[in-house]
Amino acid sequence: MSLQEFEKIFQDKVDNDIRIEPKDWMPDAYRKTLIRQISQHAHSEIVGMLPESNWITRAPTLKRKATLIAKVQDEAGHGLYLYSAAETMGITRDEMIGQLHSGKAKYSSIFNYPTLTWADMGAIGWLVDGAAIMNQVPLCRASYGPYARAMVRICKEESFHQRQGFEILLVLSRGSQAQRRMCQDAIDRWWWPSVMMFGPNDDASPHTAQSMQWKIKRFTNDELRQRFVDICAEQVKLLGMTLPDPDMVWNKEKQHYDFGAIDWEEFRQVINGNGPCNKERMAARVKAHEDGAWVREAALAHAKKRKQRESKAVA
Amino acid sequence: MSHPISLINFTLHLADDALILGHRNSEWTGHGPILEQDIAISNIALDLIGQARNFYQYAARLIQESPQSEREGWMPFTAGGETTEDSLAYLRDGWDFKNCLLVEQANGDWARTLLRQFFFSAAQYYLYERLQYSKDTQLAAISEKAFKEVAYHLRWSSEWVIRLGDGTAESHARLEKALEELWKFTGELFVPAPYEQVLIREGIGVDFSLLQPKWEEKVREIFIEAQLSYPAERAGLSGGKEGRHTEQLGYILAEMQFLQRAYPGCEW
Amino acid sequence: MSEQQWPLWEIFIRSKQGLDHKHAGSLHATDAQMAIENARDVYTRRMEGVSIWVVESKYIHASNPDEASSFFDPANDKVYRHPTFYDLPDELKHM
Repeated sequence: MSLQEFEKIFQDKVDNDIRIEPKDWMPDAYRKTLIRQISQHAHSEIVGMLPESNWITRAPTLKRKATLIAKVQDEAGHGLYLYSAAETMGITRDEMIGQLHSGKAKYSSIFNYPTLTWADMGAIGWLVDGAAIMNQVPLCRASYGPYARAMVRICKEESFHQRQGFEILLVLSRGSQAQRRMCQDAIDRWWWPSVMMFGPNDDASPHTAQSMQWKIKRFTNDELRQRFVDICAEQVKLLGMTLPDPDMVWNKEKQHYDFGAIDWEEFRQVINGNGPCNKERMAARVKAHEDGAWVREAALAHAKKRKQRESKAVA
Repeated sequence: MSHPISLINFTLHLADDALILGHRNSEWTGHGPILEQDIAISNIALDLIGQARNFYQYAARLIQESPQSEREGWMPFTAGGETTEDSLAYLRDGWDFKNCLLVEQANGDWARTLLRQFFFSAAQYYLYERLQYSKDTQLAAISEKAFKEVAYHLRWSSEWVIRLGDGTAESHARLEKALEELWKFTGELFVPAPYEQVLIREGIGVDFSLLQPKWEEKVREIFIEAQLSYPAERAGLSGGKEGRHTEQLGYILAEMQFLQRAYPGCEW
Repeated sequence: MSEQQWPLWEIFIRSKQGLDHKHAGSLHATDAQMAIENARDVYTRRMEGVSIWVVESKYIHASNPDEASSFFDPANDKVYRHPTFYDLPDELKHM
């Protein structure tokens, strides 16, 4: 069989929504792109634990404390599902972590922003998880089996995160003057970074077409972004708050919200390592990894000793 | 119930133990040595906070149901005139917290955290094993659920103590150091506070003389596999159960209680 | 990478009402006991009454799903592709 024939079989499967599994033939570019996409998604979950775990020890009630720990723990789990999915394609967890720590691999820009108040926990749940869900639900039908299955698992758990976030803001919006101010302030700081989460405009994303043909991307950046804006523009009214965009206005003709210009320079800076918290996020991850080296080593050493003893006993 | 104040204090002690250790464990979330263990220790934190909530809710109910004459002392720990799990957790100062000194100790490295967990989980295990038969039906019910969770905590932490003790030279050295630092806090686990003595007499609490030998046996068993020597004397610090703490607790509470103190009387 | 990695394990879960074990994913652990405990934490959310099977990935042998794969890699009966070093292409910086 020629390469073209293999590619045709592959693309036919994709076109017919037949899942591609780890041992199936796949174009090398598909495999490399997917490894990149899945591992960066995994990195985002892991780095994403940091801005929120920042507030665990200061959560203002026992219930909030417990649900915040559970949420952050879920994110660890999501990272794990995704690293697992990526590992089916011939890359190891250690390699992926190495790429993250060296700066070779990216993670979602949003996690380079600081969490300054308790209201940020609400804003992140509502906006950041909201944006993530928008991206993730379509991926439950991604062409690569392990990725799609990981996404199904993730989506099941994600909906509680968004509801939790919105509820935090709702309680604040009905609280004291300081709490209402805290709520609006968090929305003001997290809105634009959330809008940027969907990535560059479609005309600045040359890889979108190929990814859509491969069904590892189901909607374009701008399509998802528009949907997100439309939904949030309505939800924010329930909070009695505003989104920090004076140009946001309902367009009757298009049946969508028009919204203001995104500051792509800010996005570029943050992606390139010059956001408010890039260095701190990486430093925290590198530290955890380095501090943990002796622990990982000890566990392996012990397992080895046990095996040796067991084989001696049998002999 | 002839001695409600003792029961309230004992319930608070159990709640505080669970909360403070859960809080300490949650400091690891996002910083664990490997993803799978980050999840594991966060699970334990969640279990402990769940136990704490059950005990606080019970203590709050006991306080609310106390005769008026006895409730005055609890007034500072109310929210909107009511005693709740949160008003108890967030409005008491260190001298009113009744957790043992062991649980408030800093995490240090993974060896210190795991050894602390092992010592405490073993104590909780034998305590809940008996407390689930307490004459107080509420304590019994909470303990029955907690016992299942703690059985897992004990297994998990025992395995880690062994892994580290019988791992590499470095892991063993770190575990030895942790033992050196934490041993002095273990004695307090079996020294009954006055309110515990009252409850033991009434068949509600658990006699420590029955728990201590089991705890010791478990520790010796694990220590052998971990290549650790069981320390000779049982010297120790105590006072936590009666509100005399180490310098650690103040900082924990300052961080934990900040929002409730900075914005009093708010819903979150 | 000088540090040795923890082995990869495949996890199979049978739910309380379930009839058979389903593949749930993978994780890294140093021994079977740790793998089972981690699986409980990650894949079952501590549900009671579930059955967990763990197998080191290297011990799973898989069939080649179709002719295409057997043409390229007849000797490979591992469940996943072998991990290899390679250079990621320099892509546009977007998610």
